[in-house]
Amino acid sequence: MIEAHGLTKDYGDKRAVDDLSFTVQPGSVTGFLGPNGSGKSTTMRLILGLDAPTNGDVRVNGKHYRDHSGPLREVGALLEARSVHTGRSAYNHLLALAQTHGIPKRRVNELIDLVGLHEVARKRAGQFSLGMGQRLGIATALLGDPSTLLLDEPVNGLDPEGIHWIRNLLKSLAAEGRTVFVSSHLMSEMALTADHLIVIGRGRLIADTSVDEFVRRASGSLVRVRSPQATRLRELLLGPDVTVTSSEPQLLEVTGLTPEQIGDAAAAHGVVLHELTPLQASLEEAFMELTSGDVEYRAGEVAVAEAAA
Amino acid sequence: MSSASAHIAVPRYSGASRVTQARAALSEWTKLHSLRSTRWSVGVATVLTIGLPLLFATIVASHWGHMAPRERADRHPLDIALAGVNLSQLPIAVLGVLVITGEYSTGMIRASFTAVPKRLPVLWAKLGVYALVTFALMVPSVILAFIGSQAILRHHHILEISFTHPGVTRAVLGGAVYLTLIAVMALAIGAMLRNTAGGIATFAAIFFVIPPLLNILPASWNNAISPYLPDSAGRSIFSLTHGLAPGPGFALFCGYAALAIAIAAVLLVRRDT
Repeated sequence: MIEAHGLTKDYGDKRAVDDLSFTVQPGSVTGFLGPNGSGKSTTMRLILGLDAPTNGDVRVNGKHYRDHSGPLREVGALLEARSVHTGRSAYNHLLALAQTHGIPKRRVNELIDLVGLHEVARKRAGQFSLGMGQRLGIATALLGDPSTLLLDEPVNGLDPEGIHWIRNLLKSLAAEGRTVFVSSHLMSEMALTADHLIVIGRGRLIADTSVDEFVRRASGSLVRVRSPQATRLRELLLGPDVTVTSSEPQLLEVTGLTPEQIGDAAAAHGVVLHELTPLQASLEEAFMELTSGDVEYRAGEVAVAEAAA
Repeated sequence: MSSASAHIAVPRYSGASRVTQARAALSEWTKLHSLRSTRWSVGVATVLTIGLPLLFATIVASHWGHMAPRERADRHPLDIALAGVNLSQLPIAVLGVLVITGEYSTGMIRASFTAVPKRLPVLWAKLGVYALVTFALMVPSVILAFIGSQAILRHHHILEISFTHPGVTRAVLGGAVYLTLIAVMALAIGAMLRNTAGGIATFAAIFFVIPPLLNILPASWNNAISPYLPDSAGRSIFSLTHGLAPGPGFALFCGYAALAIAIAAVLLVRRDT
């Protein structure tokens, strides 16, 4: 369980995290979603006590992270930034971290086998691919068999097989009753793994809701209308809160009106309709809509990253 | 939720679970010996500490016949036996800086502080382990350097001195103590600056750059200041001719090391990672 209250972090005069309050419950996968630069990694560092909050407070399993006498037994973390000495082998990396808690070599070997690094465990981590590095990070997170997991962009750099494995792992961990908090800037990834979403933009909380509710709330009002009298219909529909866009001559996309209102208006004026379809926004669109005002770098970064994935 | 997902069973663990200072130290020992840079630096320091005195003893012995009486009088067997200390302090200091800055440059420090979030046990463990390793290697090294260089000199019946001669034991073991304190001080400087180049440059400035600069000052100033600088205070532990007596020199050098550690400790706890 992770509880944040009024969490705020300033770097100089830049506010990275702004009055963030949320609770991450055990037994489900909670997605932590936001565009790049929205404060996800900062929040993760604040939870782990790596950075101190300017204001507010965050606790893991009831305590500040620093106050746990055996933190690896409570919380397992995979940070987005690499946290491995490039000159050390995967085995010695895990062993050194295990030794801080008196965790035996047997456990280190178990986890190396679990994440499939057996062949390369004695190689220097600097020679690892991004995917192998992620696997080592997962092994590190699971070392102390923690009840809470904090994973920052865990599918980064993984091949499709690896991504599939991570999804199953996250669900398995949650099914065992653990708290699983996973950040991502990829909506599609969260749609497949998360049960609950915490969405932030520019360090502020935008939504704290179930995945289903998130889509329902953000979709709503886009309706596709096909009509031979599209131009006339467009004039009929336009109003203060209504936007109508058109990508081809007989096609309109209307927001701000329900299909019923559009149908009624068309009938009242004798306009012929060939299609009237309410469109369910995808999770992606819902996310874009909710965060559009909050994307710090408005270069379509999220869309680009998604296309590349 | 996709129904095709197979359950992945993470093996459970229910054994030991607390961070202790001893466990942090064991972890730092693993970190230290598992890096190539450690083996190189420590190896070079050992070779220099032992090898240079042997080399110098050989050169002095072979040239003894051509040396003027005044030049002969300037040669001291302990200077030869401890010649390596002056040079091996460099690899020892570089590794001392790297022990902590290497973690910052690679990001390992985040893993270390996630495992030991109180942070200070990590610093104490690093200092303790690296100091012990340096001391354990340098004590035999300086003793071997003394015995080896004396064997060469004795063969030529010049510059003979025994281990029981007053001040000799202190000077020889003092060389190892000096190198151990250098290790500690370099590590503390690295912890303060968190940057390899900055740490090494700062160490070099304190020990190699500032001392000769003071020669520009009027002699009265230079004489009043120089003996109390870290470099000079440290050397008085193993040298026969320096400004401060070995005891006060050692105490002052320990004071400098303690100050560096204190600053490093305060910064380590306060700063974001």
